[in-house]
Amino acid sequence: MRILGIETSCDETAAAVVTDARDVLSSVVSSQVDLHARYGGVVPEIASRAHVELLTPVVAQALVEAGLDDDHVDAVGATVGPGLVGALLVGVSAAKALSLVWDVPFVAVNHLEAHLYAAFLEEPELELPVVVLLVSGGHTMLVLMEDHGRYRLLGSTIDDAAGEAFDKVARYLGLGYPGGPAIDHLAMSGDPEAIAFPRAMLDDEYRFSFSGLKTAVVNHVRRNPDVSTADVAASFQQAVVDVLVLKTRRAVAEHGAKGLVLAGGVAANSQLREAALDAAMADGVHPFLPSRSMCTDNAAMVAAAAWWNLQRYGPSPLDTGADPNLRLTLVD
Amino acid sequence: MLILGIDTATAQVSCAVGGHEGVLASTHSIRARQHAETLTPAIEFTCRQARIDLNEISVVAVDLGPGLFTGLRVGVAAAKAMAHALRVPMIGASSLDLLAFAVRFSPKLIAAVVDARRSEVFSALYRQVPGGVQRVSEPQVGSPEDLASEILAIGEECLMVGDGSLRYREVFDGLAKVEVTEAGWAYPSAASLVMLAHAQALREQWVKPWDLQPLYLRKPDAESNWTVREGR
Ligand SMILES: [Zn+2]
Repeated sequence: MRILGIETSCDETAAAVVTDARDVLSSVVSSQVDLHARYGGVVPEIASRAHVELLTPVVAQALVEAGLDDDHVDAVGATVGPGLVGALLVGVSAAKALSLVWDVPFVAVNHLEAHLYAAFLEEPELELPVVVLLVSGGHTMLVLMEDHGRYRLLGSTIDDAAGEAFDKVARYLGLGYPGGPAIDHLAMSGDPEAIAFPRAMLDDEYRFSFSGLKTAVVNHVRRNPDVSTADVAASFQQAVVDVLVLKTRRAVAEHGAKGLVLAGGVAANSQLREAALDAAMADGVHPFLPSRSMCTDNAAMVAAAAWWNLQRYGPSPLDTGADPNLRLTLVD
Repeated sequence: MLILGIDTATAQVSCAVGGHEGVLASTHSIRARQHAETLTPAIEFTCRQARIDLNEISVVAVDLGPGLFTGLRVGVAAAKAMAHALRVPMIGASSLDLLAFAVRFSPKLIAAVVDARRSEVFSALYRQVPGGVQRVSEPQVGSPEDLASEILAIGEECLMVGDGSLRYREVFDGLAKVEVTEAGWAYPSAASLVMLAHAQALREQWVKPWDLQPLYLRKPDAESNWTVREGR
C-alpha cells in the first residue's frame, strides 16, 4: 500500500510516498529556514504563507519521484498536530482534498508518533519494547514504546526543549539560527571538558530542565569575556548530552527495553549520536539512530505512521481539523 | 464545463458547483468557525447534491481573499490540491470582487468591505458594467473612518456590502447617500464565484495551481515589528 505523507507542522514543507511503512519511494523536504533566520526563530504567519506556496510543488515532486505521475496513492496521511495551527491547517486541508479527489482514505497523524516511527522506517524489524529519546526544538521526552500504538511517557522537559536550549545559546554566542547545527559544528573544535556547566538531574526522575544550563552559559561568558566560544559550545553540548544519555540509559535498564532509539531534530547532533551509541553498546541493547534526514521533520515518517494508524484504526473522518496541542495517546 | 467554487476567506465557509447551466448546487455555513473541519465534507455534500462526480470538474475556482488569513489558507490549500489531483486549471477571484458581483444590479457606486480585524477593513470600489461590475479603486486595507471620508469625497450614492460595512455600521450609516446592505450580503458567496469564474473560463483565463497565491494585503506581523515566537 502506497501512502502519501504530508508534513507542515512547523517550518518544513514536506511530502513523501512510502510503501507499507517500509520502502521510501520519495521524500521531499523544502526547508523554510532561510525565511525565518533573520528573526532567530520560526514566525508562524511566515511559515503558514510559505506552506501554501510550497506544498503543491513539493507534493508534485514527491509523486513524480515515486513514479506516480500517472497513478495515485492508496491513502493520504497528514500531520494534524502538535505544531503551529495555521501551518498544520495547510497540510491537513490539502491532504483531505487529495483523499477526496482520489477517493482513498485520509489518515490523521500525530507528529510525535511520526517521529517515533522514523526508526521503524529504516529498521522495520526493530524489537520492542524500546525506549525512545525524542528531542527537538519543541519537545524533549523519554517514551517507552511497549508495542505499536502503546506508549508510556516516562518524562519530559519542565522548561525549555533541548533544541530550544541550543537555539538560545547559539543566539547568545552569535552563531545564528538554527542553533543546533551551528553549535554541533563549532563544538568539534572545542574542549567539552573546558567548562563544568551544571547537569540538571532532577533527582531520580525522568524529567529534564535546560533553562538553568542556558543561564549558566550566559553567566560564564559574561564573567569570562575572553573565553573560547568553541569551548563554550562543546562544554554546553556535553552537558546536554550527558543528561539526555544518562536518563535514557536508566530508563532502558529500568524497563528492560531491548533497544534505545533516538528521534527528533536534536538526534542529528553528532555528540549525542556518539554517546547514545556507546551507551547502548556498553549496556548490551540495540541502538537505533535514524539517519539525520529521518531525525529532522520529514513526511516519510508521517506516511509510515499513517500506515500503522490505518491498520489499527482505519481512516480518519473528513471533518478532522488540526490540533496544535495534540499529545501522544498513552496507555493507562 | 463544470466549475467547483471554494470560499473560506471570511467567517463563512461556502462551496458551489456549476457551469453553463448556472449554479447546480451550493452550501454555505456562517456559524461553523472551523473552516478545515467544515470544508471537505461540504465539498463532498455539494457535489452529491449536484449529482456530479468530482472527476467531472474541469476548473477549480477559489476565493483568494483578502480576509482572515488562517481561514483563507484552508480554502486555497484545498483548492490547489484538488486542481493538482484532478489535473485541471484554476481561477482565483478576490473576496471583494465576489461581494460586489452579488449586487451587480445596483446602479450605485458599490463599496465592498471585508472586516480585517484590528479596527481595519479591506475595501475596494466598483461600478456596474454590462454583465457584472468593474473595480474602480485598488484593494486596500485601512480604517473604516478613512474609507468613510473617501466615499464622502466622491459624493455619489453608494451601496456598501460585506461584513466590514456591517461591523462598522455606526461609521457608515449616518453618511449622506450611503446605504449599508443587510446581513444577507455580508459574505462573498461561492455561487458568485462559480458565475464569475465561468465567464473567465470562457476566455480561458486560467492559472496553474502552483502560481495561485492568496491576496493578503497585509505583511506578516514579524516583518513589520519583528515579533519573534521562539521554538519550533
Ligand atoms: Zn518534529
